[in-house]
Amino acid sequence: MKKNEKKNNKKKIPIEKTEQEQNGKKAVPVEQEKTERKKTNWKLVRELLQGHRRYIVYATISVLFATAFSYAVPYVTSFTLDYVIQGITTSTPKFLLPIVESLGGRSYFVNSLFLCGIALFLFTGLNCIFTFTRRQNIAYASEGMAEKLRNRLYRHLEDVPYDYHKHASTGDLVQRCTSDVDTVRRFVHLQLMEIVRTFVMFGLAAVVMFSVNVKMTLISLAFLPFLTASSFVYFKYVQKYFTGSDEAEGALSTMLQENLTGVRVVRAFGQQKSEIDKFTKLNETYRVKTYKLIKLLGFYWGLSDSVGYIQIALSLCMGVIGVYRGTFTLGNVAMFTTYVAMLTWPVRQLGRILADMGKAGVSLGRLDEILSAPVEQEPGKALSPDLTGDIVFDNVCFGYDRYNDVLDGVTFTVKPGQTVAILGATGSGKTSLVHLLQRLYPRTAGSITIAGTDVNDIEHGHLRRNIGIVLQEPFLYSRTIMENIRICAPCSTEDDVYCAARTASVHEVIETFEQGYETLVGERGVTLSGGQQQRVAIARTLMQNAPILIFDDSMSAVDSETDAAIRRSLLALNQSGITFLISHRITTLREADMILVLEEGRITQQGTHAELIRQAGLYRRIAEIQDAISDGGDVE
Amino acid sequence: MYIEEQDFAAKKIDWNVWKRLYRYALQHKTLFFTVIVSLVAVALIDIAYPLFTKYAIDQFIVPKSIDGLGKFALLYLLIILMQSSGVITFITFAGKLEMAIAYTIRQDTFLRLQELSFSFYDRTAVGYVMARMMSDISRLSDMIAWSLVDVLWSFLYALGCVITMFVLSWKLALISLAVLPLLGYISVRLQKKMLKHQRESRKLNSRITGAFNEGIMGAVTTKTLVREEANANEFNELTGKMKQATIKSALVSASFFPIIMSLGAVGTGLALTLGGQGVLNPETAFIGALTAGTLVAFISYCTQIFDPIQQLANILAEMLGSQASAERVVSLMDTQPDIKDSDEIIQKYGDIMHPHTENWEPITGNITFDHVTFQYKNGERVLDDFSLDVKAGQTIALVGETGAGKSTIVNLLCRFYEPTEGEIRIDGTDYRKRSQLWLQSSLGYVLQTPHLFSGTIKDNIRFGKPDATDEEVMEAARLVHAEPFILQQEQGYDTEIGESGARLSTGQKQLLSFARVVLKNPRIFVLDEATSSIDTETEQLIQNAITHILNNRTSFIVAHRLSTIRTADRILVIRNGKIQESGTHEELLKQRGYYYDLYTQQFCEDRTVESLGSAKQETATE
Repeated sequence: MKKNEKKNNKKKIPIEKTEQEQNGKKAVPVEQEKTERKKTNWKLVRELLQGHRRYIVYATISVLFATAFSYAVPYVTSFTLDYVIQGITTSTPKFLLPIVESLGGRSYFVNSLFLCGIALFLFTGLNCIFTFTRRQNIAYASEGMAEKLRNRLYRHLEDVPYDYHKHASTGDLVQRCTSDVDTVRRFVHLQLMEIVRTFVMFGLAAVVMFSVNVKMTLISLAFLPFLTASSFVYFKYVQKYFTGSDEAEGALSTMLQENLTGVRVVRAFGQQKSEIDKFTKLNETYRVKTYKLIKLLGFYWGLSDSVGYIQIALSLCMGVIGVYRGTFTLGNVAMFTTYVAMLTWPVRQLGRILADMGKAGVSLGRLDEILSAPVEQEPGKALSPDLTGDIVFDNVCFGYDRYNDVLDGVTFTVKPGQTVAILGATGSGKTSLVHLLQRLYPRTAGSITIAGTDVNDIEHGHLRRNIGIVLQEPFLYSRTIMENIRICAPCSTEDDVYCAARTASVHEVIETFEQGYETLVGERGVTLSGGQQQRVAIARTLMQNAPILIFDDSMSAVDSETDAAIRRSLLALNQSGITFLISHRITTLREADMILVLEEGRITQQGTHAELIRQAGLYRRIAEIQDAISDGGDVE
Repeated sequence: MYIEEQDFAAKKIDWNVWKRLYRYALQHKTLFFTVIVSLVAVALIDIAYPLFTKYAIDQFIVPKSIDGLGKFALLYLLIILMQSSGVITFITFAGKLEMAIAYTIRQDTFLRLQELSFSFYDRTAVGYVMARMMSDISRLSDMIAWSLVDVLWSFLYALGCVITMFVLSWKLALISLAVLPLLGYISVRLQKKMLKHQRESRKLNSRITGAFNEGIMGAVTTKTLVREEANANEFNELTGKMKQATIKSALVSASFFPIIMSLGAVGTGLALTLGGQGVLNPETAFIGALTAGTLVAFISYCTQIFDPIQQLANILAEMLGSQASAERVVSLMDTQPDIKDSDEIIQKYGDIMHPHTENWEPITGNITFDHVTFQYKNGERVLDDFSLDVKAGQTIALVGETGAGKSTIVNLLCRFYEPTEGEIRIDGTDYRKRSQLWLQSSLGYVLQTPHLFSGTIKDNIRFGKPDATDEEVMEAARLVHAEPFILQQEQGYDTEIGESGARLSTGQKQLLSFARVVLKNPRIFVLDEATSSIDTETEQLIQNAITHILNNRTSFIVAHRLSTIRTADRILVIRNGKIQESGTHEELLKQRGYYYDLYTQQFCEDRTVESLGSAKQETATE
């Protein structure tokens, strides 16, 4: 058993990497410095293990029993050798003697030697059963914890405010949610119990050995503290070589990635040779650095191997002298040497486990950072009123930070059945305005009411369900088109979906796909063009049946004829609701009941097309430009 | 068509693939044989240890004597030191071998990647190649080097144990080893089962990663659709499945060791019983006489022989597990480039590592497409009987919808692809009669989603002409007006720009990629514009840079922003692989066709954005 673990680990250590590295991606040192100064957050682990604690307790008990039984096995051999074969009673424990005598003493065992064989098998079997239950329970605990952690992370990332996602990097978050979770899981799964086991083994062995012979015990365990200490020191020292090898691998992988993504540039500039030279250099560095690491590991295993064996040899020789002097028995020698051999491996590993514990701590810190980001709060009463009614913006102000106002005193009223169009430059606050309505951001001053209720008092799920919004760059889930469109209305029929798709002028396009509505969208499926994505997103929003609809420049990638067609069918559909349209196209804007012109966060013009076209201002300027061009005027 | 990560589950081992890979190990004979020799020594000593115990028991303990204990201890120590140095040697050399194999395979594969044609890159995801080059090769070299260690050690050790046991007492050996075949069988079965479960959970794991990715990327949409609850429920279902699968896998592997050990204990128990009888009643015992020392040694062999058996089963499973990796790597190494220079051409013009530039004819830049047709291997025809004559120094613009064939024309020109029919002549000669490098050394190529490399600004500008002086680099930067922003950087030209130029804005990256072309001073220039536009300020700089580059060389522009190409000598509207409209800007506007529509639409949008923007500036100054 020892041998197997040792051999296996010898080779595993230099190559064992985290899951994501094995997947061929390079390790991204995600803001290591920032999180490392945080204290390891074991509170989080305890919290996550809640409900799984009994498994940890069972596993610990299993460790105790397994170790005890594994120690009993050499005892059987020792008993057979001393008591049965040689007739020595001194080495048999006091509590065992009466039982043994009552069975019929030595002669009984001599005739039924098979009992010893059965005992040996039995104890081994029990050891095996408890080893199994230990692993079983720790698997329950660690997997349960990982499940909880993943679910919490996912939910948390859905619940943090809009602002959080605007600033976070997807790659970094995904990395944390996958590989950091895995580091923590592996630690609990593989190493937590190893620490417990090492201490239990050491403790139990010491108790048993001391009870047999104090002096011999001291001799037999003499090198172990030294081995433990050197393991700590060594693994601390070797850490930087691990890092060195990882970094070299990262550099190689980065270079490779750049070469592959830039293959056109490399070829077009005829630079294959210099790229090969670059690669060779990095490949060589990686080789040298990793080899250095393996060499260090080789020396450690070789040398600590010899220390372990010298310890065994010492026990053996001192045991021989003990037997010669009559203070020790053959059984004792066999037992002691076996125990020492059993102990040396876990002791040598301890340093490595501690080094890994540090890594798990860093991962935990990074995960805690995500989990401690505040989630979206309900600022008001969380009501769920009927939202058909006037929308009133009264002197609304908003800024992403304190210094820059994005919206500055916006006031207007919309009646049910009206369409509001908004025109403005990038950064004039158009998008912020509609986001405030959905309360994706909190306004800083003024009031927004829908049908008389302040949006802050409306429960945010209710509010958003009643406001359908199509974002500028819509996101489609990687499912079929059918599933995407009916995602908010799972009970809808296929005909409802077709109807929405027709309204969004996308039905015909979808029908031309080989698999029609069952076409998979996204990474694993078909990539839709920008215009197609926008139209599918419009269909999806229509399925919400919301009284308020917002189109945030969501037809920009659709040509003007389709744009007009969509608007016509929308108008027929949403008679009593309120529609917001953000667009640059005068042809789109002119049909609205009210047009708002936003400049620098203020409404500078407000009215119908007929009114605004008569005023001097931005609206008329834009209208004139677009008119002139579409009339076939001078474009040169 | 696209090669992607498949769910590959090898059922059996294909030895040919492994033989091929083992040849890499044999390239390093010294390493290879040192590992073998040191391993043999280690295995022999491992086998000898119980014999030392036996000797100690029989010679010292049972007769209660310490005569010769000193010598014994000394010999023991010697053996330990020998073994220790053996271990150090084999780990070090096997490690060296592993890294050498990885190095060589990577080197070979990278060379191959530099030769492979674009048909390969167009159907292969970068991630796929990355996974082969990094993790698969690591895994294989690890397998090759260390499975050698494991197989050899396990085999020798097991053999040694069996032989020693038979020598000590053949009857006892026969009885206590009776379970061995069963044990081997069960080991292999269990290992295979473990492998299956591991695959299962790995598959689920990648689905979870995908779900996280989608959850985070779509977080805002999820919010507006109020899908949080539903998404979380779906995700929980997935993690629940993952939990089940991993636990199942953990249970199988947790049962592996206990099952083996319990089975083994049957043998050990038998050895203790029968062997004990041999010690107690030498005359009557079934197995004959046995010393106490032999019994102890026997028991240690009994417990230890199961390790190598497990080990061998483990390697078999590992090989099965990495069979797919091995096949993918080998198939990558075996991929042949579609476009290959013939031997004669290599003779004359050299290859990528040793170009014979002295034999290269200079390029003037007259380009002829002579009835060129191109179709992909799947039969999809993207260019149909296309002819075009370009005089040196002219600028040709290509306009049309996505998929119309514009990029194909450019790719053919760069010889990233070759025509399936017809020919392309450069200065009157079919370019297939020259080496690829000959043409590509005279090319300048700019993607408007520019691709830069890690390193300094200087390195990047110098990319096409590694031997350029600093003065030349600065001159090039000045010509495209990139110098002001470069000097603003902390270390000027020596500023590190980060991975793929991550520390620069898109506009800045574009300027650098123009400087790169200017420095190379190519005869033929290709500009592949991106659809998205950038901020107006940099756009002006970029327009200036383009105007500068177009000067005095044959240029092809794949245009999306039509303002760029108003001065082109000829604009081609490409539709379905054919020229639909052709002429100068003015001529095409008069035709009132596709170009006219496209131009008016863009012009309208540009002017609108412009006046919205200028309105903004007006209010700002008010």
